[in-house]
Amino acid sequence: MHPAKSVILFTTASGAGYGLLAWLGLLAAFGVLPSERWFGLAAFALGLGLVVTGLLSSTLHLGHPERAWRALTQWRSSWLSREGVAAVVTFLPVGLFAFYWIVDGTNSDTLAVVGLLASLCCLVTVICTAMIYASLRTIRAWASPWTLPSYLVLSALSGAVLLNLLLQLWGLPHNGAFAWMAAALFILAGLVKVLYWRNVMYGEPAGTAESATGLGPQGRVRLLEAPHSESSYLMQEMGFRIARKHAEKLRRLTLLGGFLAPFVLIVVGQAAPGLGSLLAALASLPLLAAGLAVERWLFFAEAKHVVTLYYGESRA
Amino acid sequence: MTSLPRNAGPVKLGLVIDLDICVGCHACAVNCKEWNTSGHSAPLTDSDPYGADPSGVWFNRIHTFEVVNEAGDSRTVHFPKSCLHCEEAPCVTVCPTGASYKRQEDGIVLVNAEACIGCKLCSWACPYGAREYDEDVGVMKKCTLCVDKIYNENLDPRSRAPACVSTCPAGARHFGDLGDPQSEVSLLVAARGGYELMPEQECKPVNRYLPPRPKRQTPAVDSGAALQPATPEGEAAGLLARWVDRVLSR
Repeated sequence: MHPAKSVILFTTASGAGYGLLAWLGLLAAFGVLPSERWFGLAAFALGLGLVVTGLLSSTLHLGHPERAWRALTQWRSSWLSREGVAAVVTFLPVGLFAFYWIVDGTNSDTLAVVGLLASLCCLVTVICTAMIYASLRTIRAWASPWTLPSYLVLSALSGAVLLNLLLQLWGLPHNGAFAWMAAALFILAGLVKVLYWRNVMYGEPAGTAESATGLGPQGRVRLLEAPHSESSYLMQEMGFRIARKHAEKLRRLTLLGGFLAPFVLIVVGQAAPGLGSLLAALASLPLLAAGLAVERWLFFAEAKHVVTLYYGESRA
Repeated sequence: MTSLPRNAGPVKLGLVIDLDICVGCHACAVNCKEWNTSGHSAPLTDSDPYGADPSGVWFNRIHTFEVVNEAGDSRTVHFPKSCLHCEEAPCVTVCPTGASYKRQEDGIVLVNAEACIGCKLCSWACPYGAREYDEDVGVMKKCTLCVDKIYNENLDPRSRAPACVSTCPAGARHFGDLGDPQSEVSLLVAARGGYELMPEQECKPVNRYLPPRPKRQTPAVDSGAALQPATPEGEAAGLLARWVDRVLSR
C-alpha cells in the first residue's frame, strides 16, 4: 500500500497524543497525578497538540477536506466514521479533565472520574483507528489479530515516553516508577511487533492468482499482459513494492534503534536518578519517534493488497 | 446511509462474462469510457493523455492471463474486470460519509459524488480494484452498470444494456437479473458452471464468470512423407530426382 505521509503522521501523532492523555487520566484516576500547574499545562498542550496535528493531517489526503464533517455520519457501519465520532467525543471529557486539574485544582474525586472517562475515550479512539485497518480483509497483513494490539501498545508506549520526559523535566514524585513503566512498554511493543511481522511473513495468503481469477482448476495462472501499459491509480495506491525489498532491514532498525536502544538508555538512566534519568528520557524520545516513523511507513508500505493478484503477484 | 439495504429486493442486476469467448480486444473498456465520460459519473478524467505519462479513470480493465495445466499445455485467457456489484459490498460499509451506497431496487453500487470526501478507503476495501479515484475532481468513481443507459426510455429497448455489453463484438458479455433463477443470464451461469471471483473475500459478488471450455483434444498430426526431406537414397525420391541430384552433386 502507498505510504501516504499524512496518514503516517495522523496515526503516529494522534496515537502519541491519545497515549499521553490516557496516561494522565489514569494517573488522576489513581490519585497520583501531580497538581503542578505548569506541568499540567505543558502535558495538555503536548497531548492535545499531537492529537489535533494528527487529526488535521488525516484530512490532508482527502479529495474534499471541506466535506470532512460528513465522515461523522456513518458510525453504524464504518470504522473510519467511528474514529471520527470518537475523536470528537473525546474532546469533551479531556476538556473537563483539563479544567478540573489545571483551573479548578481542588476536587480530587471529580478529577479522578473525569480522568478515567478521558482515559477510556482515548482508548476507544485508538481502537477505532486500528480497526480502520484491521477490518480490511483485502490486506492480509492488516487483517491480522496483531494489528489492534500493535496500535494500542505503540500508543501507550509513545504516551509513556512523553510523560516520562515531562515527569523527569519537572522532577516530580513517582518519576522513577513511571520510567520503569515506559521501559517495560518498550519490551512489550517489541514483542507485539515481532508477532505482527511473523504473521506478515509466514501467514496464509489471503488469495492467489488462481483464486482471484477462478482459473485455478485449469492450471497455474500468471499475468501475460497487464490491462494498461502505463501506471494507474490502482497501481500507485495498492502496488507499492519498494518496502518489501528492505522490509527485513527496516524491521531490525525499528526493533534495535526504536525500541531496544531507548529501553537500555532508560534502564541505565535509572542508575543515576536526576540528571541521568533526565538525559535518558530526553534521548529516548527522538529514538522512539524515528523508530515509529519507520514502523508506520513499513506498516503501509509492506502491506500487500489482493488486487495485486490481477497485476502479476502470485500470492497476496 | 452506507449500511447495506436491509430488505434488499429480489433484483440483482449484473454481468456474466464468458472467458471462453472474450478475445481481449478492449472494445468494452473503450466504449465504457466513451459512454461514462458523459454519464452518471462524468467526466472520466484523463491526465496527460497525449504526454509521456498518461493516466486516467477507467471503469473496465482487460487483463490477459496465461494458464498452464499439469501437462504443460498453456492457454491465453482474456479477463475483463469491472465492478461486480457485490451483495456484501465492503466498499459501501467502510464509507464514512454515506456517499457510497447500494441500491435496494436493483443492487447497483453507486457513489454520490456530492457527498464523497475522497478518503479512498472504499478502494482499499474492494478486493477487485473496481474503484478508481479521480484526482482532478477529488472523488471516487466506479462502474455504474450504465444506470443512465439501462433504464433510458429514449433509447431503443435493445440498446438498454451497459455500454460494455452493447459493444462486445464477440458476444462475451451478458447483462441481466442474476437474482431471478429463470433469467437468461442465470440459466447461462447454471449451464456453464459460472463462478464468482475470490469467494474467500466473502463479498458475494453478483457478476459471474464463465470458465473457458476445455480444449478440444486434436490427435497429433503425422506430417507424412511429403514433408520429409528428400534424400537421393530414400525411396521417396523418384528416378528423375535422383538423376538430377547426382548431376548437380558433381
